[in-house]
Amino acid sequence: MTPSPAPAAAVPSAGSVESLLPRVWQLNADYARAIDDDRLEAWPDFFAAECVYKVTSADNHRRGLQAGLMYADSQGMLRDRIAALRQANIYERQAYRHVVGMPALVGPVGTDPAGVVRAEVPFLVVRIMRDGRMDLFATGRYLDALVTEAGALRFRERIVVCDSSRIDTLLAIPL
Amino acid sequence: MSMLDTKRAWPGDTLTRVPYWVYEDEANYRDELRRIFEGPTWNYVCLEGDVAEPGAYRTTFVGEMPVIVTRDEAGALHCFENRCAHRGALIALDDDGRVKSSFQCIYHAWTYDLTGTLTGIAFEKGANGRGGMPAAFCKADHGPRKLRTTTLCGLVFATLSDATPPIEQYLGAEIVRRIQRVLGKPVEVLGRFTQTLPNNWKLYVENVKDTYHASLLHAFFGTFRITRLTQGGGIAVSPDGGHHASYTIDRADDRTSTAYRDQGIRSEHENYRLADPSLLDGVDEIGDGVRLQILTVFPAFVLQQIQNSLAVRQVVPKGPGSMELHWTYLGFADDAPEMRRRRLKQANLVGPAGYVSMEDGCVGGFVQRGAAAAADELSVVNMGGEGTESQETRATEASVRGFWKAYRRLMGY
Repeated sequence: MTPSPAPAAAVPSAGSVESLLPRVWQLNADYARAIDDDRLEAWPDFFAAECVYKVTSADNHRRGLQAGLMYADSQGMLRDRIAALRQANIYERQAYRHVVGMPALVGPVGTDPAGVVRAEVPFLVVRIMRDGRMDLFATGRYLDALVTEAGALRFRERIVVCDSSRIDTLLAIPL
Repeated sequence: MSMLDTKRAWPGDTLTRVPYWVYEDEANYRDELRRIFEGPTWNYVCLEGDVAEPGAYRTTFVGEMPVIVTRDEAGALHCFENRCAHRGALIALDDDGRVKSSFQCIYHAWTYDLTGTLTGIAFEKGANGRGGMPAAFCKADHGPRKLRTTTLCGLVFATLSDATPPIEQYLGAEIVRRIQRVLGKPVEVLGRFTQTLPNNWKLYVENVKDTYHASLLHAFFGTFRITRLTQGGGIAVSPDGGHHASYTIDRADDRTSTAYRDQGIRSEHENYRLADPSLLDGVDEIGDGVRLQILTVFPAFVLQQIQNSLAVRQVVPKGPGSMELHWTYLGFADDAPEMRRRRLKQANLVGPAGYVSMEDGCVGGFVQRGAAAAADELSVVNMGGEGTESQETRATEASVRGFWKAYRRLMGY
């Protein structure tokens, strides 16, 4: 999609595109740090109370196939994902390093009646296993719908579109 | 003959012991591809809906052999090796697609019809009266290997062997019935994912057949009482051992059972509650009370019904210590929106990130690594006795023993 800067004045509560971008950068930086620093309990807080989070692949996305590797349509489901990782699921100790690229605000910015801002953000995730092995685990783009809730920018929707449909071994920690 | 080419001897006659070399031996692996995947077995290749229209094709694997599945102009299904008869290049490069009436190898433009028959050779008669193929060259004598296909409930299977019996006979009535109960109407693909696993393909197949581990390794299952060994259910093993179905039926008295807690098993977390329990809001859509059914078709196919989460899984071997799992998530074409949403939610249970399946992605690798220096040691498959009969309990390894029964017969062990 082509970025289409809209008239700044039309962006409800979010301010101009110029003032919005640093907030989107900050949100993405905070999101990545929370996951990479193993502060997973903070992860659901980046989302609005009503939200959708899905991990899928470019191929599924392009074909319009709906199922995700992870799929949550409430903040509660995001909390359950973390609770399961902490209390139920078994996997070798591992960590991610997110490298998140420049967000592109994609149209229509500022014209959505619900105040939704759409952004696309490229990412790269290296997985570090307990024995020191490092692998390029995932690359892709976040397709985001952002809203302001209680003065803070939150994800109404974050669709994680992985470039590859292939997952090595397992996907435990959210991307 | 090098040491690697020497066929090993199976240690003893019992089905309750399995040598670890079977997961790492290169020569044994090559033998498996020939005797099992290219042998008298039905291998899942795709859904009928993947090749719905004439000219539609899908590429996949039978063992390590790349194959193309097509539908011809008359509506018949075909499957043939994805290998040009000339120099061996792949004929089709995409996962799927549609051709008008033929495939053309990109290397030297040899062409094949939808049945895999070689129909054209570029410059067969040469150019400007020179070169070309010898007049005696007969196209009909050359072509990729063709596989027979069969279908069952929208699933397409293929075999290279003339000796493979009809699918109903291959599976037995019980397994056929249990496939029919899940796939009773047209399906729709909801998503496809590939999971690469760092282990021998058999470790995954055994894992799927192993009902004993399910609620022990997968704490999520036990905690939410989706399946527990103390629930009703059991396993059905086909007479030849190779195919199985395990199932869970909700049983009222399990609600108060303390068997897991009594044994100090990790599965029990009294205080673990879902913030959003809609994940487990399943409905008995088939109407027979079976909450969960996992079914395998020898050698490498899995059909899964976990509440309303439906999927087929294809096991694709990639060398002795590596494999791919091809997941196809399914719904029914006539799903109402709320049922579709339910399936999307319950898909969280399965796949590479599944609450009750992510451990299966790593546990095979744990065995592969744990047994790295134990080629001549034996693993123990003794739960529930020594046989492979169907049982009304899942605290058994009868279906794992069944796998080895079928495996050893085909492998000549």
